[in-house]
Amino acid sequence: MKRSVLQIESLRVSFRIQDEYYAAVDDVSLTVHENEVLAIVGESGCGKSALALSIIGLHPPERTKLEGTVVFKGKNLLTQSVQALNQIRGKDIGMVFQDPLTALNPLMTVGKQIEESMDYHTTLSTAEKRNRTLELLEQVGISNPSQTYDRYPHELSGGMRQRIVIAIAIACNPALLIADEPTTALDVTIQAQIISLLKNLQQQLNTGILLITHDLGVVAEMADRVAVMYGGEIVELADVHTLFTRPLHPYTRSLLQSIPSLQTPKETLHVIQGIVPPLTKLPRTGCRFRSRISWIHESKHEPHPILREVEPNHWVRCTCYQHFYFPDGGEKA
Amino acid sequence: MVKFILRRIMMMIPQLFVLSVLIFLLAKAMPGDALTGQLANNPKMDAQTLAEMREKLGLNDPLYVQYTRWIKNLLHGDLGLSYVHQQPVTDLLAGRMWNTILLSLCILVLTYAIAVPLGVISGRWQDSWADKLIVGYSYVSFATPLFIFALIMLFLFGFKLGWFPTGGSVDIQLEEGTFDYYISKLNHLLLPSLSGALISTVGIIQYLRSEIIDTKVKDFVRTARAKGVPEAKIYSRHILRNSFLPIAAFLGYEITGLIGGSVFLESIFSYPGIGQLFLQSIMQRDYSVVTALVMISGLATLIGTLLSDIILSVVDPRIRIE
Repeated sequence: MKRSVLQIESLRVSFRIQDEYYAAVDDVSLTVHENEVLAIVGESGCGKSALALSIIGLHPPERTKLEGTVVFKGKNLLTQSVQALNQIRGKDIGMVFQDPLTALNPLMTVGKQIEESMDYHTTLSTAEKRNRTLELLEQVGISNPSQTYDRYPHELSGGMRQRIVIAIAIACNPALLIADEPTTALDVTIQAQIISLLKNLQQQLNTGILLITHDLGVVAEMADRVAVMYGGEIVELADVHTLFTRPLHPYTRSLLQSIPSLQTPKETLHVIQGIVPPLTKLPRTGCRFRSRISWIHESKHEPHPILREVEPNHWVRCTCYQHFYFPDGGEKA
Repeated sequence: MVKFILRRIMMMIPQLFVLSVLIFLLAKAMPGDALTGQLANNPKMDAQTLAEMREKLGLNDPLYVQYTRWIKNLLHGDLGLSYVHQQPVTDLLAGRMWNTILLSLCILVLTYAIAVPLGVISGRWQDSWADKLIVGYSYVSFATPLFIFALIMLFLFGFKLGWFPTGGSVDIQLEEGTFDYYISKLNHLLLPSLSGALISTVGIIQYLRSEIIDTKVKDFVRTARAKGVPEAKIYSRHILRNSFLPIAAFLGYEITGLIGGSVFLESIFSYPGIGQLFLQSIMQRDYSVVTALVMISGLATLIGTLLSDIILSVVDPRIRIE
């Protein structure tokens, strides 16, 4: 059994919208192990980014309510002061963001931006910090580190910028890396490079990675285990092989059905009906996915769906999966 | 960088040329000339002598001849003769110019010294009582015309309380170069520059406030937080530096506003600068002085915009000029 790095227990993240709190993440429990990539998948608005940001307290505190526990190195991160969190952020937990252009300060050289976390977490001298930064630049696959050190973000390409963002995240050898849609803003070819970079780094550094993505291709490439989120809840949790070969929850099956395939050229792409309801309109009782599979009879859903272990290490929410079928007939193999 | 500045200065030449033609034509288009006024004031002057004088001064020459003469003298640093003051315009301007520059600098320094801290407080603690107070002040000062506000300041602090002198640029009894002389100069500057500054802070406060509010939710600020940067450093290293960009660019354009403001301020505080002279000269139709002053303020505006571009290229690496 691997050691766990991060344990999320009944986490609920609520945002205030016009004097009323609405949960974007609802009763989520997850564990990230050492040297493991745990992917969280779901459509936009399903709560995956809200989950990621809440771990290191990056939501604006004045309109966010956090409940449950997030245990990292024996401490509940949700009850830590900002000062205490600052000791952990950037040092033990690194974060990779979605859009590498906006995630970097336009007025600071990239070298200085990578060094910054060392300013607060290490006692290295200026020269040592510079050396470490050059080392990091090389590690993330930048070919001429000493020149790049003095560059500004706008002088670099999107792929290079994302490498810088990754270098910032791993600057202090974190035990956990949170990657929030690390490839979404990049070209497809660059995406592949960034994924292989993250995979290599994970093997070198032995970090656990919490990977937030909506891209099932990225999941297949990188993840060890996958949690599928819908409406703020985890609807299915399994290792990556099981999830792709024996998906059970209707939402997981619909997502997989929506991927274009090269084998069967003439098929029309499956589209999941409707949209993720906005936070204020999300049903809070019963199966949250039921409105989008309206052809499945109400009686097939559980009144209070819970996450059940249907086979070893394969968890599914609600009983509707036993009766689910696609209205247009067959499912891809 | 040097090349860019040189190119910008070269570009100013055609701009100045167009400006000079416009000023010249507008001055000519105004009814009457300096001699018309002389005729009314001086009963001994008859139409005959007047016509002779016009001929002698070259006022009957074709426009282009007059223009080339004017521009040629201008390039030689000769701004002509003031008909009213009966002395060369350059002599007339020399002392006043320094007074105006001094006043403008004082206003500029005070404006930024007041506006920057207020804007930062307002933006950082958005919707706090301090923010509401500052926003309230900036709206009131925005709605108050400079000439009314300056009059109130003059009345209150100059006449009622007697804290500041009510006119002039220095105590005339003092000898130039002494310590008391400079203190007196500063004392004369304070009230007009404070009046000007308190009114002109609004732009900077509002700009800075909304820049900070915009910047503090930017992704790179979140990146800095994720690095574990303490809150105070988040502001000084990330938010403020980015928010100051438009303010820095503002600095050059501020010069243009100062010239306009000096007309009111100097007139109200009887401060002998070019703004006061400008207003007097228009009323006395002392056109050679008016054209010279418009030309100078045009030049100052062009230099101001150049300054803005240079400042911006220095503080923002994205618009660094090769």
